[in-house]
Amino acid sequence: MAVTVKINGETRDIDAPEDMPLLWALRQELGMTGTKFGCGIGMCGACTVHVDGQATRSCALPIGAIGDREVSTIESLGNTPVGQALQQAWLDKDVMQCGYCQAGQLMTATALLNSNPNPSDEEIDNAMRGNICRCACYKRIQSAIASVAREEDTANV
Amino acid sequence: MSDTATMNHGPALGRRAFLKVSALAGGGVAIAATLPVAARAMAQGAPAELNAFITINPDNTITIIGKNPEIGQGIKTMLPMLIAEELDADWDTVSILQGDTNAAKYGPQLAGGSFATPMNWMPMRQTGAVARQMLLAAAAQRWGVDVASLSTRPSVVVHEASGRSATYGELAGDAAMMPVPDMASVPLKDAADFRIIGTPIGGIDSPKIVRGEPIFGVDTQLEGMVYAAFERSPVFGAKLLSANTEAAKAEPGVIDAFVIEGNGNPTELVDGVAVIASNWWLANKARAKLDVQWDNAEWASHSSAKYDEDARTFMAGGNPQEVFSAKGDAESAFASAAKVVEGEYSYPFLAHVAMEPMNCTALMKEDGSIEMWAPSQTPQGGQGAVAQYLGITPDKVTVHITRMGGGFGRRLNNDYMVQVAAIAKQMPGTPVQLIWSREDDVRSDFYRPAGWHKLSAALDEDGKLVGLKDHFVTWDIDGGAFNPAVMPANEFPFNYVDNVSYAMTKMPTAVPMGALRAPTSNAIAFVFQSFLDEVAQAQGKDLPTLMLELVEGAEAEPDTMGFVGPQPGFKPQRLRDVTTKVMQMAEWGKPVAEGHALGFGYYWSHQGYFAEVVEASLNDRNQVVVHNVWVAGDVGSHIINPYGALNQVEGSVIDGLGQALQLAVEIEGGAVKQSNFHNYQLPRMPMTPQIHVEWVLSDHSPTGLGEPALPPVIPALTNALHALTGKRVRDLPIDTSKLV
Repeated sequence: MAVTVKINGETRDIDAPEDMPLLWALRQELGMTGTKFGCGIGMCGACTVHVDGQATRSCALPIGAIGDREVSTIESLGNTPVGQALQQAWLDKDVMQCGYCQAGQLMTATALLNSNPNPSDEEIDNAMRGNICRCACYKRIQSAIASVAREEDTANV
Repeated sequence: MSDTATMNHGPALGRRAFLKVSALAGGGVAIAATLPVAARAMAQGAPAELNAFITINPDNTITIIGKNPEIGQGIKTMLPMLIAEELDADWDTVSILQGDTNAAKYGPQLAGGSFATPMNWMPMRQTGAVARQMLLAAAAQRWGVDVASLSTRPSVVVHEASGRSATYGELAGDAAMMPVPDMASVPLKDAADFRIIGTPIGGIDSPKIVRGEPIFGVDTQLEGMVYAAFERSPVFGAKLLSANTEAAKAEPGVIDAFVIEGNGNPTELVDGVAVIASNWWLANKARAKLDVQWDNAEWASHSSAKYDEDARTFMAGGNPQEVFSAKGDAESAFASAAKVVEGEYSYPFLAHVAMEPMNCTALMKEDGSIEMWAPSQTPQGGQGAVAQYLGITPDKVTVHITRMGGGFGRRLNNDYMVQVAAIAKQMPGTPVQLIWSREDDVRSDFYRPAGWHKLSAALDEDGKLVGLKDHFVTWDIDGGAFNPAVMPANEFPFNYVDNVSYAMTKMPTAVPMGALRAPTSNAIAFVFQSFLDEVAQAQGKDLPTLMLELVEGAEAEPDTMGFVGPQPGFKPQRLRDVTTKVMQMAEWGKPVAEGHALGFGYYWSHQGYFAEVVEASLNDRNQVVVHNVWVAGDVGSHIINPYGALNQVEGSVIDGLGQALQLAVEIEGGAVKQSNFHNYQLPRMPMTPQIHVEWVLSDHSPTGLGEPALPPVIPALTNALHALTGKRVRDLPIDTSKLV
C-alpha cells in the first residue's frame, strides 16, 4: 500500500498506511530526521514543513492526504535564497540553545518571508507564535528574521 | 538518586587521564599506546593524541573532546574553548568531538547544577596547558634550545631568537613522547592574554542544526532498528496486575508487545507494557488496543485540591512537624514585637517539557553487553543503573552521549535508559529506539515540587526585622542524593536576623519529584523575595534598600561542602554589587511610564548572584505585560563565552516569566491532569520582553549560568504587580483576577 509523495523535488514511494502522519514517514520510513517530533498535535511547530510553500504541521498531515502537492523540508532549505539567508542569520545571531525546535522555526520563518518579505515586529511575532522554543531563544529568532528582512528590503531598493 | 556516584566525583583529573599516542581508528575511542606506536603512527601521518582530550593532526588541525552532555547550555563549545585557550590553539582549525561515557578517561560527565564551569575552569585549562608544554618541549629538543626561549602563537611554536617556527602538527608526534608535566603546577596564561575566553563563539553544532542534520538522540538510526512505545499507568505508584497484548499485536506494523516488570524504583523502571513496531507512530497507536489492569492502591484518591486543602490546614494549625533550622529565640521576638507581618505563599508542581521527548536507543548484544545512544544529563549514572538492572558490569554498557533537545533537569533521571534496556533485553541483536509521546512526557515526569509557606516577621519599635518564622509544607519523599522538596537551613536572611525559626510539615504522596532548572531556588526565591518585599513596605522602604541594609557591613560567609566538593560561602559584597548595578540600569526610584510599575528580585543560587528588575503593566484584558527586564549578574571573573552566556540569561528570564504567569501541573485522581502544550502553555514569542543584561566581573573563579538567572525574575515580576495594583501575588501561577 505504497503512497507516493513528492519531497524536496524527488518522488518518493512510502510503504506505510495512508493515515500515517508525514512526520513519521519522513523520520522513520525515509530516514529524514531533520523534521522534529515535539507534540504530535500541531501545537509546537517543531515538525513544520512546507507543502506547496505553506508552513504546515507534518505531525497532523496524513501522507494519504498530500496528493500532488510538493513537500519541502529542512534538508532542502538551503537550496532557496531566503532559506539560505535565514540559516546564515541563525548562525550570525547565535540563535539557538538546544536547537531542537530550530528546523521548525526556520521553516516557519522562511514561509513568512516568502509571503511577506518585510514583516513588522508584530507580524513576525504573529507568524512565529505557533512555534515553541523551550529554551526561549525568541529574542534572537526575532532579530535573525528582522535582519534578513532588512537585507532583502535593502536589496530591493 | 542513581547519579550519586557521579556527583560525588571530585573535579580532579588524574594523570591516568593523560595517554600517550594512538592512531584513532575510525574516529573511535583512543587507546593508550606505547612509544614505538607513536613514532610509527606519525610516520604514517596519523594523528597524535597528546592526552585524552587533545589530538593534533599532521595538517595542524586539532580535535578536542567535549566531555560533558550538551543540552543547549553550550558546554560542548565552552569546555573545549578552555582547552584551546591554554593550548594556544587556532580556534578556526579546531573541531570538537563528543566524548563517550568514560569516567576513567574524562572524569565527571554531568549536565546539572550549573556545575560544569566551576568544576572544569581549572582542569580543562590545565589540560590544554599540559599539551602546550609538551609541544614546547618537543620543539626545544628538536632545535636544541631552552624551553624558556620558546613561545607560541596560535597552533605554532616560535623561537624568536633564531626566527624558527614549527606548527603543532609538525611537532605533535615528538610532543606525544615528552614527559607529561604535572598538571597542578603547569603554567597558565595571564588572563590579559586570553584570546578565546571572553570571545563570543557560536555553538559548535549550530551549522548542522540549521541544515537539519541528525544530531539529537532521537535522530539515531541503526540498521534494522525497530521502535518502542511504553504504556504505564497514569496513576503514580500503580502496579500492573495483568495485560492482554493480543489485540495490539494484531495492529499494522506491530512486531511484538510484552509486559515489563518494574524494579520498584520509579527513577529507573516502573511496571508497563512495551509495544514494538516498524514505526513509532504505529507502535504508539497500537497502545489503544492494549488491555491492562492496574492496581492504583490508595494513590488514585490524591489530588492537587486535596493537597492544597491539607497544606493550608497544617499552616493554620501552627504546629509544624519539625523545626529544621533555628537561632536566637523567635517566640520571644514575636511576643515583644511592635509589628508582625504575615504572609502565605504557594507554588504548583511543574513539568520540564524538554522539546525533544524522552527517548533512548539500545542494542543488546549476543554476548550480554549493551550499546546505548542516550540523551542523558547523567550518562555515567545511567550507565551504572543499566548495568545494575541487567546484572552486568558498567564496562559492558557502552553509552554514546547524544546532543539533547533540552534537559532542564528532566534528564538527570535515567528512567528511559533503564526502560529501553529492559526492552532491548527481550530482543537481543535488534536495535530498538524507545520514544515517549508528549503526553507520556508531561504525565511521567519528575516534577518540581509544589510547596506552601507561611511566613511571619517580627519588627521592633524601630521597624527593624528582629524575628522571622517560616512554616514550610512540603513532601515526605526520599529525595536520594538531592531532595528537591527541601529548602536550605540557612535560607537568606537566616544569617542576618537575630531570631529565626524555619519549620516544616511533610505530606505523603506518590508524585515523583526531581530537579527543575534552579531546583528549590526557582520556588523559594519567589516566596522569600515576595515576603521581604512585604517586610520592606511595612518598614516604609523598598526591597533593594532592605536587602542592602540586611547585609550592611557583613563579611563573607565560610565555604561549605557541596555535592561536588567545597562550595564558596555567600559573599555579601556580591549581593551589594549586583543590587546596586541593577538599580542603576533600571533607574530604580525614578518615575516610569503611566500604568507601569517596577519590581525588584534578587537571588543567589548555583554560585551566581543575580538582581533583576521587571517593568510590567496590565493590558485592557487584564493580562500581565512585561515590558523590560534588567539583569545584573555576577558569575565571577570571566564570561567565558559571551554568546552562550547571554542566551542562557535571556532564556532563564523568559522561562521564569512563563512559570510565574501560566504554568502548573495539577494532580487529579492520582495522575497529572495536563497532557500536552494546549494545557501546559509554554511562553511563546509575543510575550518576549526587552531584556537588558550587564555583568559584574568580580575576583572569583567563573561559575555556571544554566540556572541562577531564573529565580529572581519571578519575585521581580510579582513585586512589580504589587507596586502596580497594591495586591500581593500569593500563589503561582499568577491569577490576574485577584489583582483587581
